[in-house]
Amino acid sequence: MNIEDRLLAGDKIACARLISMLENNDKEAEEILKKLYHKTGKAYIIGVTGSPGAGKSTLTDKMAKKLREAGKKIGILAIDPTSPFTGGAILGDRIRMTDLSLDEGVFIRSMGTRGNLGGLSKATSSAIKVLDIFGCDYIFVETVGVGQSEIDIVKMADTVLMVLVPNMGDDIQAIKAGTMEIADVFAINKSDLDGADKTKLEIEMNLDLNDSKAFRPKVIKVSAIKNKDIDTLLEAIFEHRDYQMRTGNFDIRRINNARQEILDLAKEDLINLIMKKAVENDFLNTIVNEVYKRKLDPYSAKEELLNLLLN
Amino acid sequence: MERPIRVLVAKPGLDGHDRGAKVIARALRDAGMEVIYTGLRQTPEQIVEAAIQEDVDVVAMSILSGAHNTLFPKVVNLLRERGVTDRLIVGGGVIPEDDIPFLIQTGVEAIFTPGTSTKDVVEFIKTHVKRQ
Ligand code: B12
Ligand SMILES: Nc1nc2c(ncn2[C@@H]2O[C@H](COP(=O)(O)OP(=O)(O)OP(=O)(O)O)[C@@H](O)[C@H]2O)c(=O)[nH]1
Ligand SMILES: [Mg+2]
Repeated sequence: MNIEDRLLAGDKIACARLISMLENNDKEAEEILKKLYHKTGKAYIIGVTGSPGAGKSTLTDKMAKKLREAGKKIGILAIDPTSPFTGGAILGDRIRMTDLSLDEGVFIRSMGTRGNLGGLSKATSSAIKVLDIFGCDYIFVETVGVGQSEIDIVKMADTVLMVLVPNMGDDIQAIKAGTMEIADVFAINKSDLDGADKTKLEIEMNLDLNDSKAFRPKVIKVSAIKNKDIDTLLEAIFEHRDYQMRTGNFDIRRINNARQEILDLAKEDLINLIMKKAVENDFLNTIVNEVYKRKLDPYSAKEELLNLLLN
Repeated sequence: MERPIRVLVAKPGLDGHDRGAKVIARALRDAGMEVIYTGLRQTPEQIVEAAIQEDVDVVAMSILSGAHNTLFPKVVNLLRERGVTDRLIVGGGVIPEDDIPFLIQTGVEAIFTPGTSTKDVVEFIKTHVKRQ
């Protein structure tokens, strides 16, 4: 059987292989996704984001376990940073998910960012499709710990869960500044520790200021390690899903995501195309030098570069 | 662009000595590999399942407790049962010289004992990895 049929038959080895091929920019894998794309769209995609060590993996493990009790098939993609210096990575999210590792209905895959900014790897959206075709009902995507710019997850998730912890101090400022807007649900994890109420209050106060958003995200205190209030958290996620379904926002979101994906893919190919042309006859170096010597301005240089594509 | 080699670094059994595994994990990362570290106390079944889902090229196991003669071959055999024969399997830890021929014969391709230089491990993996 070929890899495509094996994937459709639920073969984990084929599923895993296909994800690797996509990570390695394998054209054959892309052809397979072209053929099977019409089968995607069934899985509900939950983004799990938040600062490093907030408990994203532990919480994902607990949520997945709850959904397994309801007989759902689960996919988990856990992304960790790749070293920009060596290209290597230690992918450690699985450590928190070992009790799921023998569950037939769970597929866990760790991915390195491989130079991609934005908190995900380039192949993440493709891997989501593979797990969707594989038959997962829910796919969790754990991003690398966020600073302020790692917000690519909004482009792929149906619901974004932001995991916070008590006593974040100044960290909460960073969250306010950039990433708060992407959250559809907040989890205050580690609420077995002191200070969870205060953090919840701070978030709620922030949400009060931002009443432009028609949907007000829920803020749920949980303790992943004590397996406490995971049900309540899942309910909040489902509430967001149901809200979107009711209002048509679900379709709007997926349309936006599709637009974004096409443009992102095109942008990438376009850059590659330009670069290929630009290095021919040392063209790029020539205009760079001219700009450096003030013989040419960068705006005209850009136009010359783009003109390469037209002829 | 060259793809990174993916390696599962696993600690089978009840053995709690994890320094060696962590040293190896870090060295492989620094050599540009993607290392999936699964933490302590993994059963052979868990290791095999993780190796499959992560589609690793190399399964690297560390044991200092003395249980290597049962646990290493078990992982090799479980992988074979699943039809997975194209992965490089290596082991390390406190393992007596006398046990090494048996382990090699069961399908572990190399054993690294205390004092091993991580450079040798990196070199061995790079030259023996089976998949392109
Ligand atoms: C430090 C240590 C501990 C620490 C462990 C801390 C930790 N988190 O790891 C503590 C104090 C907790 C400990 C406890 C015990 N220990 Co102890 N411990 C040691 C000691 C002194 C050093 C191990 C070490 O960390 N070395 C440093 C690392 C970097 O080296 P390494 O692990 O050997 O790894 C290198 C190579 O072996 C190789 N390698 C290792 N793994 C792998 C894997 C791969 C894939 C590759 C490629 C290479 C590779 O590469 C590494 C770099 O060179 C050894 C004795 C020794 N000299 O080895 C005893 C030793 C391992 N312990 C031993 C024992 C008996 C115990 C206890 C049972 C003692 C007790 N009765 O309570 C407990 C059990 C703990 C448990 N839960 O399992 C025995 C094991 C006997 C055996 N195998 O038959 C030893 C050998 C001591 C002895 N001579 O009796 N221990
Ligand atoms: N007290 C407490 N500790 C927790 C809780 N949940 C997770 N932890 C601990 O927090 C640490 C980090 O947990 P992870 O699940 O690895 O966090 P993460 O956000 O996935 O971390 P990165 O992926 O490295 O960003 C671990 O030591 C967990 O045991 C909790 O509810 N309470
Ligand atoms: Mg994590």
